[in-house]
Amino acid sequence: MTKMTFARAINSGLRKSLENDPKVILMGEDIGALGGVFRVTDGLQKDFGKHRVVDTPLAESGIMGTAVGLAYRGYRPVVEIQFDGFIYPAFDQIVSQVAKMHYRTQGAVKMPITIRVPFGGGIGSPEHHSESPEAYFTHTSGLRVISVSNPQDAHTMIQQAIASDDPVLYFEPKRRYHDKGEVDESLDLSAALSMEKARVVTEGKDVTLLAYGPLVKTAKDAALAAADEGISIEVIDLRSLAPLDFATLEASVRKTGRLVVTHEASQTGGIGAEIAASITERCFYHLEAAPVRVTGFDVPYPYSKLEMHHLPGLDRILDGVDRALGRPNSLSGLEG
Amino acid sequence: MFTDDAGKGGISAGGPGNSAGSNRRSGGDLVQLITPGGERVSHPEFDPWVQDVSDEQLGALYEDMVVIRRIDAEATALQRQGELALWPPLLGQEASQIGSARALRDDDFVFPSYRDNGVAYCRGVNPEDIVKAWRGNALAGWDPYTVNVATQQIIIGAQTLHATGYAMGIQNDGADSVAVAYFGDGATSEGDVNEALVFAASFQSPVVFFCQNNHWAISEPVRLQSHIQIADRAAGFGVPSMRVDGNDVLAVMAATRIATDRARHGGGPTFIEAVTYRMGPHTTADDPTRYRDANELEDWAAKDPIARLKSLLERKGLLTAQLETAVAAKADAVAKALRSGTINMPEPQPMDIFKHVYSTPHSPLERQQDHYSRYLASFGDPAEAATEEGAR
Repeated sequence: MTKMTFARAINSGLRKSLENDPKVILMGEDIGALGGVFRVTDGLQKDFGKHRVVDTPLAESGIMGTAVGLAYRGYRPVVEIQFDGFIYPAFDQIVSQVAKMHYRTQGAVKMPITIRVPFGGGIGSPEHHSESPEAYFTHTSGLRVISVSNPQDAHTMIQQAIASDDPVLYFEPKRRYHDKGEVDESLDLSAALSMEKARVVTEGKDVTLLAYGPLVKTAKDAALAAADEGISIEVIDLRSLAPLDFATLEASVRKTGRLVVTHEASQTGGIGAEIAASITERCFYHLEAAPVRVTGFDVPYPYSKLEMHHLPGLDRILDGVDRALGRPNSLSGLEG
Repeated sequence: MFTDDAGKGGISAGGPGNSAGSNRRSGGDLVQLITPGGERVSHPEFDPWVQDVSDEQLGALYEDMVVIRRIDAEATALQRQGELALWPPLLGQEASQIGSARALRDDDFVFPSYRDNGVAYCRGVNPEDIVKAWRGNALAGWDPYTVNVATQQIIIGAQTLHATGYAMGIQNDGADSVAVAYFGDGATSEGDVNEALVFAASFQSPVVFFCQNNHWAISEPVRLQSHIQIADRAAGFGVPSMRVDGNDVLAVMAATRIATDRARHGGGPTFIEAVTYRMGPHTTADDPTRYRDANELEDWAAKDPIARLKSLLERKGLLTAQLETAVAAKADAVAKALRSGTINMPEPQPMDIFKHVYSTPHSPLERQQDHYSRYLASFGDPAEAATEEGAR
């Protein structure tokens, strides 16, 4: 076990993948000499060479489209999109090519591409630097979408993503890059929890609280605060957003009968909407109350001085928990 | 290996003795080796690249062109008879496709658009596999790795980036293969084509950008896509370019050989504009009489690529009755096989819809598959249920 930052844990995972498979190639803007704007790829170009850690021209569709060509040739490209809001120029290549190639060619051409996306807000950035675009990708068949919440998972799951024969979007919570945690770098990938599995991070019995990425920490803090009031929250880190691990989610909801989902992304058509609908379909008779979503609002990401109103914090999450439990809450009297 | 150091040599990095097209050419400088009347004219720079083409090979090129025109006509007829949902004819572009495809090695890798059916034929794709996607029996007709041809791209220009990335992989492998991107004049307006040229130039990747300027992007004339000759755009990226008569099979072959030779010897990318003409509609669903002057079609009919090569063969005394009979027999046989292969193509099964979305298991999708399978089974005969679904 080594104590390291979130960013360093990803870096260490990338290093292991580069060492273990000569077909792994890192591509992106400023990832070489600079080591990435968040230093996640720090030192990798120096150690593995310019042909394996590639500073690309500043063109996201170009990066993604050439990654498709490299995958066609048998490579495993790991693409860094510098910020969440810069992924849209690559959207066509991701949705029309990366996601569909395996289906189009009836399995002949694999697209083992990992797309790393620093995402989410809370760092006081200008526009386009704080977005949560994950639902665009969970809606797209052919892609796997994961998000990591702690240094150990960041380290392990980046390697699992790269090893996957399917394309994976790997969402990194940029406001947690500097959080530190213990990381076992010798952990055997095959022994580690599959990247498609959710994890119960705090056991509880009164309400199930689902979070991923940056909000797992907030959700755990909320559970701790609620415990003081005698409310037992079961916090689950989704880890995989596509596919969702319904076995773990259902087991928890069947136990607690109440569900709260939280994410920074906007509400309409989001991950929370999919979970609420699916859980309602799958365990309707175990639910004691309607599922509750605590999310960013349906607004463009706001200017940074207002972002803490947009981002679900501990108190908003607890207000949602109160709603799920039928306790007095900010909407008391409104609900019919 | 591809690194950004590669570009430091600029466009002068081309191999020795291969300077064709390395300078910016004026738009008027259209390379032609066979006149529309079938006369072989000399060109000091391009002649050496086709001097090895024997009389027999000239005959083979003629056969290829006749056969793909026949495939095209047969597929159009199959569409009119309801056997294909749609077909994008290549009529008029035979010399561009055959001249370029026959200049490639088996280990080169082609990234075509949906109209490059002649290229697919030359690479060994079965004619019935070419029409499979147009019949609605698959999204793509072949395994790219068996013929070194990617599946045909419908998103305009997207494949130019794939070719460039593939070429970057060739560089890293230390191989001397070449990736070739086929696209049209309309595609040159797409961001992806421009980004592909940037990447290819920066990394000096072994990729050939083969643009068939067929003058029309559905109803939009080429002048709407580019204010200058399309080949001249390449200079802005530091990519050498050539502008050749796309209805002249020898000129196209020479240009493609120049470009692939440069790529194989570390000279990086080349842009070829093959000036040709789409004599048919965009697809069988299109009506060019709404936007195109009939006189224009007549002008281009006089420059027909097959008639031109036929005249050359005649002048050289090579157009024997034996050749004509053999070519006609081959075209008939291929057309017959295409027709029967199309009509007898096995129908896809309903549950095939769920195959190959992912390469490893995906439980929510498996659940949908299971539920749909139960739904179909509830009708008793799944095939019957599927037919009913389609009819509603």
